[in-house]
Amino acid sequence: MFRYSYLYTIKAHSLAVDFLPSACTTACDVPRPPPCPPVAACCRLSRNSLLAGNFVFYCIEMGELKAEKHVKYILTVEKKKDDFESVVMEHLRLNGAYWGLTTLDLLGKLNAVDQDEVIPWVMQCQHESGGFGGNIGHDPHLLYTLSAIQVLALFDKIEILDIDKVSNYIARLQNEDGSFAGDIWGEIDTRFSYIAICSLALLKRLDKIDVDKAVKYIVSCKNLDGGFGSTPGGESHSGQIFCCVGALAITGSLHHVDKDLLGWWLCERQVKSGGLNGRPEKLPDVCYSWWVLSSLIMIDRVHWIDKEKLIKFILDCQDTENGGISDRPDDAVDIFHTYFGVAGLSLLEYPGVKAIDPAYALPVDVVNRIFIGK
Amino acid sequence: MHGRPRRSPTPEENEDSAAKGAKLRALQKQFIEFHHSKTYTKEAIDVSTKLVELNPEYYTAWNYRKLAVEHLLTDQTDSEYIKSVLDEELRVVENALRSNFKSYGAWHHRKWVLNKGHSSADRELLLLKKFQKADARNFHAWNYRRFITALMNIPAEKELNYTTDMINDNFSNYSAWHNRSMLLSLLLNKKVAGFYPKETFLKEEYEFVRNALFTDPDDQSGWFYHLWLLDQTVKVDNLFVSSWPPNGSNICASDPLVLNQYAFPPGSASGFEGFPIILYFNEGVVGVNSSTVTVECEFTSDTNLVWIPVPANRSGYSTTWFTCLNFSMKDMLPSRHYRGKVSIALSEGIVSSSGVCYSRPFHIEFGVFVSSPVPKLREGLETQRIYWSGENFHATELHSEELDFVNRFCQLRTNGSDKLEKNDMNVDIIAEEISYFRELLAEMECKIGKLTLARLLMAHDALSSTSHDTYDQRTLPYKEILELYSDLMKMDPPHIHYYKDEYSLVFLKQELSDKESLLRYCYQYRDSSSPQNRSFASLRLNGLSLSRIGCIERLLWVQMLDLSENELRSIEGLEAMQLLCCLNLSKNKFSSFSSLEPLRQLKSLQVLDISYNEIGAHPIDTRRYLCTSPLSHTIGSDWKKTQQLGLSDVDISTYWDAFSIFKGANLTQLDIVGNPILDEKFKYFLRKLLPTMKWLDNEKSG
Repeated sequence: MFRYSYLYTIKAHSLAVDFLPSACTTACDVPRPPPCPPVAACCRLSRNSLLAGNFVFYCIEMGELKAEKHVKYILTVEKKKDDFESVVMEHLRLNGAYWGLTTLDLLGKLNAVDQDEVIPWVMQCQHESGGFGGNIGHDPHLLYTLSAIQVLALFDKIEILDIDKVSNYIARLQNEDGSFAGDIWGEIDTRFSYIAICSLALLKRLDKIDVDKAVKYIVSCKNLDGGFGSTPGGESHSGQIFCCVGALAITGSLHHVDKDLLGWWLCERQVKSGGLNGRPEKLPDVCYSWWVLSSLIMIDRVHWIDKEKLIKFILDCQDTENGGISDRPDDAVDIFHTYFGVAGLSLLEYPGVKAIDPAYALPVDVVNRIFIGK
Repeated sequence: MHGRPRRSPTPEENEDSAAKGAKLRALQKQFIEFHHSKTYTKEAIDVSTKLVELNPEYYTAWNYRKLAVEHLLTDQTDSEYIKSVLDEELRVVENALRSNFKSYGAWHHRKWVLNKGHSSADRELLLLKKFQKADARNFHAWNYRRFITALMNIPAEKELNYTTDMINDNFSNYSAWHNRSMLLSLLLNKKVAGFYPKETFLKEEYEFVRNALFTDPDDQSGWFYHLWLLDQTVKVDNLFVSSWPPNGSNICASDPLVLNQYAFPPGSASGFEGFPIILYFNEGVVGVNSSTVTVECEFTSDTNLVWIPVPANRSGYSTTWFTCLNFSMKDMLPSRHYRGKVSIALSEGIVSSSGVCYSRPFHIEFGVFVSSPVPKLREGLETQRIYWSGENFHATELHSEELDFVNRFCQLRTNGSDKLEKNDMNVDIIAEEISYFRELLAEMECKIGKLTLARLLMAHDALSSTSHDTYDQRTLPYKEILELYSDLMKMDPPHIHYYKDEYSLVFLKQELSDKESLLRYCYQYRDSSSPQNRSFASLRLNGLSLSRIGCIERLLWVQMLDLSENELRSIEGLEAMQLLCCLNLSKNKFSSFSSLEPLRQLKSLQVLDISYNEIGAHPIDTRRYLCTSPLSHTIGSDWKKTQQLGLSDVDISTYWDAFSIFKGANLTQLDIVGNPILDEKFKYFLRKLLPTMKWLDNEKSG
């Protein structure tokens, strides 16, 4: 296994930053990341160690996670708000906030941002309907509503929401057949099933929807290769599989999944370089370190891939100079892939990265605090 | 950024990017103003047009356009005008897709326009042809294609031909193979002539996909299609059942001192409150109840039995069904044989999760007797420690009752009286496929060739065993299959554990389906040094490098199971072994308590050894969502309060998974040493949680 070649300590910087996380990425071939479940409320432990001024990173022989640089990268991304890319991504800034903040939390640096600046901005994205837009002034949509809930969960601030208002907005989007629309314009997709179920679970309002019908719809999107598509008949895709398996996990319905069949399909996503692709005969991409890995973990088949090769692939995608992680080695980095790279390492139990929950996509301590409590 | 090389931009590029950014920002600002003021003038709409063509992912602009269209069409009856408005939308979408044809917003906008009854199938199919030629794997385009064919009622046969054309054009198109499988199952389900029954198309399809596989075995496009065909070929619309007691068995229900007793601790608080009957189906079923299953026993008049699924998940479907007959030893005459019968009539009542009805007559008979004199109930048993050491296990003697049991379980599935004729054709199809893959492997080494051959041989075996009365057990293909998996482990190390798991399942099948080899693992546990002289029907599968367990349908009789020194990570399926009293899982790879979830269902379990595993060593729990928990909403939010069990001084949240597995358990002996989670605090917690426990590791408690 890993050999710890050396370890060193980093002085925690006090970073007073005007943090308006600007997301920056075009969606992969993947269904645009259903805002992965944000981690809720932070790890007290790492906060304490931050306060103490020290944070320990273990480095492994094959290369190391440039945690400090990634933190810096995330914190500086927002400053570049005037270049073309940042403007293009302005409409999904709330997703970006989730990606950036969750990554910081996984690296034990959530304290580097001032929640008194982030939270008011998040709340300004909310509409009268209860839903959230991707940024101030943008229309409400489930995609951003989950991100908002997740960001608040990271800061242990879900209670500032008018929970009934938000959950009613989500519940109204369920259709007669159990499926969910993303917003009032009626686009249907199992991504939205996941988002609705995950959001309502975090808000403890799953009783507002017909869970059995929601599950039935997801199962109707199951394919003959064991995977899931966006609508019935849609081709299996790792991102979509995460959404469906995640929704089934949260509703205690994983018995609908053919674990061996799906597990074989998923483990064959690993290509020679060690990276994972999202569909057969496609290129590997760091973002699948999240979609594929989390799905494999939820169905307990993650041992079917070579974890060390995947760790190496993710580490090879780091920009070791300026921080950030890209889709493939030597490509341009962005916050989306930085999140998925770090989250992937977390699922691979990389030393120094907090554990993330595969279904809610929030740090395990946050999820446990919400559902198991003290 | 996807596919964009990493490099620092030049100052000119920075400037250029900033200028473009400023321009786009101005446009967005203008748009937001129009949107918020509900302005739908030509000028305002033009701004949104520019915006979506520049950035098709800007979803609010698509919403705005829908509002604008609705505004423009309010009270409109002029069909030319309506057409021109909608045509403009289609034009804008097409332009937007040219700049990004993965834009969710653009594709949805087009669907929205079409749902208004606009455009034509020809026009849309033409557009799709263009896009699918440029990117044959674009799943948005394929989804849109399915939307159009449904909207325009294009027959599935026609779409099937389209997939044929796409595949002939380039077989490396997983999307086309996927769509083909969907269309064929649709045609099959609708029983369309030429596609029903499935045997009419199977042969041709095998040939089609074989061409792809043999052209480039490393290309995955056809892999999953072939597996799907194989699954279709093997799938017999029939359910099988295994039972305890097995047909023809004689059970001594009473004497704990007698060897070969297969019963349960009668009357004991921890065991069954009666005589257990277990039905184990090869698929999860519902509908097992006193009207679908008839039970007649001479020692009880109780016929209104309650059948309980094990485990009860949200669906209600379960492979294992369990009931208990009223049973009182003192009312039974010593040495008399009481007969019992269990039968399942041909009824529509028992249905599997895949919709198959139970359709084979099922009938078992068994005998029950008590020895004379009827001994007293066991007392004080709990205080005796069970030792898993070899000297307590005695080889099963020939002609013993245990041997009889083993025999009866070995005959499972091969005693079908109705020959499934349709199967013969499928057996032939698979045999032919086997010879093709042998040819391929003779020419080249390839992983998919070996894996497919292994699967074909398994399928051939499974089908033959159900369709041939004279199924010859000596021709079992297991040895060859095991060699194939061994080769695969060497050829494809990243997936070694997948092959290992498959290997374990085949290996168990080989070892357990043959009487002689099964007997090598069967023992009688007898601790002669203990005054109680306890005895258990035992199976020792220790030290076999097993990473998975299977063949549970043959193991329903086991009371004591030794799985130590293997590589197990989970015990999925073990919950069916309802007679288990003692279980040794020591020295495996269990990494969390949630991986022991099946233990919740084993109400007779008293002795458990989980020492020297990895519990507590891993931050990521891979069974977290496969067990009952508040995270998966499989228990209510009051799970702690109702079950405090005098644990007020222990923080249950820390050990919630252990709590969930062990609460209500009747363990008398637990070995847990050698797991990172173990410390004094946890030991204290366990003692509180398990009041019946007498032995925790080597320490005697209470």
